[in-house]
Amino acid sequence: MSDLINSSLRELSAALAAKKVSAVELATLFLDRIDKFNRALNAFITTDRAKTLAQARNADEKLRVGADVTALTGIPLAHKDIFCTRGWRTTCGSKMLANFVSPYDANVVEKLAAAGMVTLGKLNMDEFAMGSSNETSYFGPVKNPWDVSCVPGGSSGGSAAAIAARLTPAATGTDTGGSIRQPAALCGLTGLKPTYGVVSRYGMIAFASSLDQGGPMAKSAEDCALLLNAMAGFDPRDSTSLERPGEDYSRDLEKPLAGLRIGLPQEFFGEGMDADVRAAVDVALTEYRKLGATTVEVRLPNSGLSVPAYYVIAPAEASSNLSRFDGVRYGHRAPEYADLAEMYSRSRAQGFGAEVKRRILIGTYVLSHGYYDAYYLQAQKIRRLIAADFVAAFKQCDVMMGPTSPSVAFAFGAKSADPVQMYLSDIYTISTNLAGLPGMSLPCGFGNNNMPVGLQIIGNWFGEAKMLNVAHQYQKATDWHTRMPGGVK
Amino acid sequence: MNWEVVIGLETHAQLRTQSKIFSGSSIAFGAEPNVQASAVDIALPGVLPVLNREAVVCAIKFGLAVGAKIAPRSVFARKNYFYPDLPKGYQISQFEIPVVLGGGLNIRVGAGETATEKFVHLTRAHLEEDAGKSLHEDFHGKTGIDLNRAGTPLLEIVTEPDMRSSAEAVAYAKALHALVQWIGICDGNMQEGSFRCDANVSVRPTGQKEFGTRREIKNLNSFRFMQQAIDFEVQWQINEIEEGRAIRQATVLFDPDSGETRSMRSKEDAHDYRYFPDPDLLPLEITADWIAEVKRGMPELPDAMTARFIVQYGLSAYDAAQLVATRDTARYFEDCAAAAGLENAKLCANWVMGELAARLNKEGLEIAAAPLSAQQLAGIIRRIADNTISNKIARDVFEALWAGDGKDADAVIEAKGWKQITDSGALEALVDEVLAANQKSVEEYRAGKEKAFNALVGQTMKATRGKANPQQVTDLLKKKLGA
Repeated sequence: MSDLINSSLRELSAALAAKKVSAVELATLFLDRIDKFNRALNAFITTDRAKTLAQARNADEKLRVGADVTALTGIPLAHKDIFCTRGWRTTCGSKMLANFVSPYDANVVEKLAAAGMVTLGKLNMDEFAMGSSNETSYFGPVKNPWDVSCVPGGSSGGSAAAIAARLTPAATGTDTGGSIRQPAALCGLTGLKPTYGVVSRYGMIAFASSLDQGGPMAKSAEDCALLLNAMAGFDPRDSTSLERPGEDYSRDLEKPLAGLRIGLPQEFFGEGMDADVRAAVDVALTEYRKLGATTVEVRLPNSGLSVPAYYVIAPAEASSNLSRFDGVRYGHRAPEYADLAEMYSRSRAQGFGAEVKRRILIGTYVLSHGYYDAYYLQAQKIRRLIAADFVAAFKQCDVMMGPTSPSVAFAFGAKSADPVQMYLSDIYTISTNLAGLPGMSLPCGFGNNNMPVGLQIIGNWFGEAKMLNVAHQYQKATDWHTRMPGGVK
Repeated sequence: MNWEVVIGLETHAQLRTQSKIFSGSSIAFGAEPNVQASAVDIALPGVLPVLNREAVVCAIKFGLAVGAKIAPRSVFARKNYFYPDLPKGYQISQFEIPVVLGGGLNIRVGAGETATEKFVHLTRAHLEEDAGKSLHEDFHGKTGIDLNRAGTPLLEIVTEPDMRSSAEAVAYAKALHALVQWIGICDGNMQEGSFRCDANVSVRPTGQKEFGTRREIKNLNSFRFMQQAIDFEVQWQINEIEEGRAIRQATVLFDPDSGETRSMRSKEDAHDYRYFPDPDLLPLEITADWIAEVKRGMPELPDAMTARFIVQYGLSAYDAAQLVATRDTARYFEDCAAAAGLENAKLCANWVMGELAARLNKEGLEIAAAPLSAQQLAGIIRRIADNTISNKIARDVFEALWAGDGKDADAVIEAKGWKQITDSGALEALVDEVLAANQKSVEEYRAGKEKAFNALVGQTMKATRGKANPQQVTDLLKKKLGA
């Protein structure tokens, strides 16, 4: 059984098909590991053994009958607690929604359930996905399985830690400014943020609507491709969902990389990147050249503006998106208040944490009369410039590569006192969100204190299959993605 | 000092779609609280809006009807504010780039042939969602929230400050009310809130160029209240200024019980709505093809129809405008004229606006519910025109058909024996009888009393039980009396 926790999704699928293991046994294996390790890691906010096993029995029945079986039927996964799940609590890492049970399933949850996957539980995250270290969760920080004194990254830190610790073979994540890729990098995993509009946002609690995108997190690119196949697709309930023909994201995995042109954005290799990260990324690029790729330096001249533009646009949208949490219909309501204004202010003051409040304040400010033009409109213009930079750079290359994060996982508290330092953790990931481009992170070695380093791949719009191909070929040639933290064996 | 009144109106017309503007919930009026509120309407976490295509079609129809520019690309924005019946904490509306720009309406102010015409310019019309309702009664100090109305599609129609009296404002509101119903985008039900107006009112000394400071009267849901509210507000503003107090920009409410307007909030309390484009919705793109497709499905518009009625049926401008008051009236008239013959169109118009309108009014019926069809009325009119029946008999036939007594005019005339006596021999005999029996009147007439002649006509008509042609009777009498 122990090799099952390190198996790929394809191997799990084969084992299930061959009846070497049942969905119930598989779910039980991971539930037991959650029981054993979650206390130390705090990756899960909610588990429900009975519900999980009921889903597993249902999957086993499908497998027995042989009807309605997909490559994912019977395989367990866990959802970031930002995805609404009918019958399970959906907290978004906030006191505001600590007891919220959604009456409906998010599109992504629906699709993965329809594919036969079994839900292990709901994963911890930064409150309303606002954070890069998982320290803003109302339910306490998630610990990095590679070193529990370090952060797992954020905001999908619970997803990353749970996979790294082999508490689940796969998880959903969301990425607004790097929230899939950065924790994947810090926990030694593979994570993919699709092109904006490829995965439906319906039922994914909105942080910054024009930037949010759900995506898969797993051990390998191959696993991510399988998961993305089930997650992607047009959803008429999301107006920003793209109406395109379905595609098999696994189709190009085995293509050789000879002739691949890798663009190296000059701006991603300058100051700010730690030496250990640079060293690991350099080795990975050497490996790619061995696989037949060529590298070319490209320019993204406006990328230096991406963090400031992001911290105008994302809080602006968030300040409006989070207005619905007013204590009127659901969520936290202050126990005592004298009038309506006080009900609002107390409920929100009590229900939201400091980082969420900070972003609501920033967002409210930049949208205010007299400041809108100076901040919000300027930021939108920068956004267009950033996208134009990518269009120009992609004329010279097929994918771009660079570090996912400027450093390996840092210690708890190291950046939480300085929001700007924390915001700079996403300096290499944010520009892809602003441009709507797909991005990936995959493990490419270890840096200081033997902590994982992530290599970022940025694809062209709708270049998911290409990115997955590029990542998979690397993973066939290396074994970083198979490494497992020592403390959770 | 003489004062000039300046009025601009903002109207919220609830659109006649099947479902809400951003969700699939029904918008039918009168349901139990919150049963027409879906996950999207109550703004659960994670839900997203999807624009209702029908609401856009309504906006296009309106734009076409008022000769406006329909924006090829318009943008939905979020208007942010907190209120318990606003579930998302923002209203989705259009701000910088509305779907309809410019255009205007012809209005007629005053009644009858002395009415004057005026063109009221529109600034814009934009799509937005309605909020829910706060219910302050029956909850023991608490407030109940009904979100059935949240997300109902509205078209907000904004005029330029073109109106100069409450009468003009009401005439505009009525013309707009008729138009939105004419093109089928709004049911016009003011009691249910389907059509409600806000009036921006200011006054300035006659001849002054600059506008005075305006106050906005909110939620006028009847034409009578609109007139009363504006009249009160105008007088109040004039008094304030004449007593040396400046008008301060404010939002006011009209209290129909006291007939007064009172301030709700001043400009200083105004919200900063923090408008920004809604990232959940793509810009609304309307192609020329789409506009053309909607246009093909549009009915003839009132102004065009009025002009056509004048030319085609030889009606006066006043008659034509009366008949075009509603689509149903115009359709009834046209059906009637088609059946009665073009040469009888004027007679049809008279009957539709006269006898029929009076009867409908008396019964409180809409013309669509008239028990008498346009074809049946045309049958009566044909028999008047060919002298088969007199006007008086025609009214009896009308009553009979109204009561369902007979299938058409001819059948009624036949059954009742109301055919006009046109046989001059038979009529002559009757006249002789009347003259013989009314010697006194004959003598009086001969003595120069004109009235006596009328009495003889009356007697003759009575003897025929109304079935004679009065002209024929007059001619015969004159001949017999040697006049």
